[in-house]
Amino acid sequence: MTVTAADLRERVRDLLAAHPPATTDRAAFLNARFDAGLAWVHYPEGLGGLGADPALQAVVDAGLAAADAPDNDPRRIGIGLGMAAPTILAYGTEEQKRRFLRPLWTGEEVWCQLFSEPGAGSDLAALGTRAVRDADGTWVVDGQKVWTSSAHLARWAILIARTDPDAPKHRGITYFLCDMTDPGVEVRPLRQITGEAEFNEVFLTGVRIPDSHRLGEVGDGWAVARTTLMNERVAIGGARIPREGGMIGRAAHTWRTRPELRTHDLHRRLLDLWVDAEVARLTGERLRQQLAAGGPGPEGSAMKLAFARLNQRISGLEVELLADEGLLYDDWTMRRPELVNFTGRDAGYRYLRSKGNSIEGGTSEVLLNIVAERVLGLPAEPRDDKDVPWKDLAR
Amino acid sequence: MTDLLYSEAETDLRAAVRALLADRADPAALPARLEGTGPHDAELWHALAGGIGAAGLLVPEKLGGQGATHREAAVVLEELGRAVAPLPYLTSSVVATQTLLALGPSDEAAELLADLASGRRTAVLAVPLTTAPDAPLPTEPPTAPTDTPATAPGVTVTAVADAVLADVLLVPRPDGLHAVDAAEAALRPLTPLDLTRPLAAVTVPANAPGTRLADAGTSRAAVRSGLVAGAGLLASEQLGLAEWCLEEAVRHTRARHQFNRPIGSFQALKHRMAELWLEVAGARAAARNAADALATGSPDAPLAVAVAQAYCSRVAVHAAEECVQLHGGIGMTWEHPAHLYLKRAKADQLAYGAAGHHQDTIAGLVDLPAPAP
Repeated sequence: MTVTAADLRERVRDLLAAHPPATTDRAAFLNARFDAGLAWVHYPEGLGGLGADPALQAVVDAGLAAADAPDNDPRRIGIGLGMAAPTILAYGTEEQKRRFLRPLWTGEEVWCQLFSEPGAGSDLAALGTRAVRDADGTWVVDGQKVWTSSAHLARWAILIARTDPDAPKHRGITYFLCDMTDPGVEVRPLRQITGEAEFNEVFLTGVRIPDSHRLGEVGDGWAVARTTLMNERVAIGGARIPREGGMIGRAAHTWRTRPELRTHDLHRRLLDLWVDAEVARLTGERLRQQLAAGGPGPEGSAMKLAFARLNQRISGLEVELLADEGLLYDDWTMRRPELVNFTGRDAGYRYLRSKGNSIEGGTSEVLLNIVAERVLGLPAEPRDDKDVPWKDLAR
Repeated sequence: MTDLLYSEAETDLRAAVRALLADRADPAALPARLEGTGPHDAELWHALAGGIGAAGLLVPEKLGGQGATHREAAVVLEELGRAVAPLPYLTSSVVATQTLLALGPSDEAAELLADLASGRRTAVLAVPLTTAPDAPLPTEPPTAPTDTPATAPGVTVTAVADAVLADVLLVPRPDGLHAVDAAEAALRPLTPLDLTRPLAAVTVPANAPGTRLADAGTSRAAVRSGLVAGAGLLASEQLGLAEWCLEEAVRHTRARHQFNRPIGSFQALKHRMAELWLEVAGARAAARNAADALATGSPDAPLAVAVAQAYCSRVAVHAAEECVQLHGGIGMTWEHPAHLYLKRAKADQLAYGAAGHHQDTIAGLVDLPAPAP
């Protein structure tokens, strides 16, 4: 039976009646919402969903927001929701789905992602972290991962490791769910350009992972990881933003309130950026309309690129606009933020942090290759690493 | 929020226009044509205007048009841009038509509108192609408007687009807008940078017979309305032009082999085309936004138009320049149509207000004032 918007409104009413947000504990409410199939409506019944059209999630979210119901803070649990969950749903066993999806969705268990390595970033499939099967079938993992957001908060990680060094690099990888509290997992803050440490290095030394925490077949980890990565990029750029909703709003505000800072050169460049920001907003809105109409748009890959560039240019202009104040920095203290705070800090911070926008989640160069090859159909660059055993690759 | 997608009817209209142009206006045949009979193809114009009904899209049905909107006209312009078609669509079916519509009801305007809608006659506004929506008009001296008939000597307006093809000139004068039969004016064809949009210097004698269509105030608002629509829908022409340039660059670099590889596999080239694709995606959103805002009469229309022009004119020029460069030596030849797109894109950059002019408009609309002098 097809789930309609009316069905969902009724379920939301029932949920709110049985668990009034004002008097219900946050965790209890989120668990009740999961049980009612209103967590992610397109997920299967019993796993927090109702097998409904994903577009109908908006009906649920609007109904719950109107009642001031607690939400699951998707920013902090973004990696779990955006990357781990769709992969577990696609490749997990029934037992894995039942064990992991609920606490992931409620935020009781935070996830992180152990993919990138010091020697394998954009060339992710070159990774060298090893997983060797022990006599009792347990996997023993050794290696180092890097740029790991939330690792210091995470209870679980999605992990890819090499299980067959004799196979070509894409074929010898296996995908695991790693318990971050296990012995041998060491998380060290990685201090960044901004002075703070959002990211971590993660050292894995003799970490023992039971075979029941493997996702997908042995040696099939690359295909599983591709599901994760595709979902990562889909998660970017879906939200509707108002005019001047991004960083341009800060720069425009400074311009309006500080007439003494205005110069003709900055005026021209600010207007250039204002137009680019407005067009990027419209492109995002067009993508949103396409998705709502059921057709995914290739504009999706564009949004991350466009916003990375825009944020860098706008924050760079802001530093210049501020003249003497642009020479100052608000705070170099090493902090461990749970969220990236783009609007709460000064222009200098925004300028430095936005440098990461064209690197994290796929560099702009890699994304341009994706646009060129998958959208425009241009030929791939020739590559000679496809059939070479991983152990024989230069590194 | 504006609707930034294409409706089914718009997609059908696009298919019809594209099929007609593919059949009758192959860009590859244009360079040779331009040196023969001149750019204008009357038969093609009648097929587009009358056969498909494209010329009357903005005109209500009771006035003999199709009763559609700027959204549909924008789709036609995307296709005309893709073909750099030398047709007076933007000047007659959009700018002149919109101006007449904005004058309000009168018998003279209604008769002319019906003719424009059917494609039986074409009209152009006798202002330079570069005129921005709120710029002063050359045929109006910088004195206060007056309701007394013009006694001033004749005026000459330079760089009027498509005037050599027009049957009627809409001449702004101090006392209002006049419809003047083109035969009454002296036209001096100019050699245009853009070979596909003919330009002329137009001299209208002070005593040329014509019809005053409205008083000065109404006329000025109507001319502005025509120019805003022209600037807004020019963005769609620029979008179509940029799309063609990108597609041709991709097609060529996939096929062309050097160093034993298709040159489109080199990252230095791929990235340039991917960058261009990003710009074209932005141009599509901006152009659709402008067309939809014009179609719905949104109060946001002046800003949507200025944003679209400030952005799309730059994208079209960049696309055309990249198309020439990525074709290598072939891109420099007269035989390959890439130069026609470059010339059109560069001329379009000046049409209905340059990007800097539209940026100044934006600065005023969104309160980002220039520094105090």
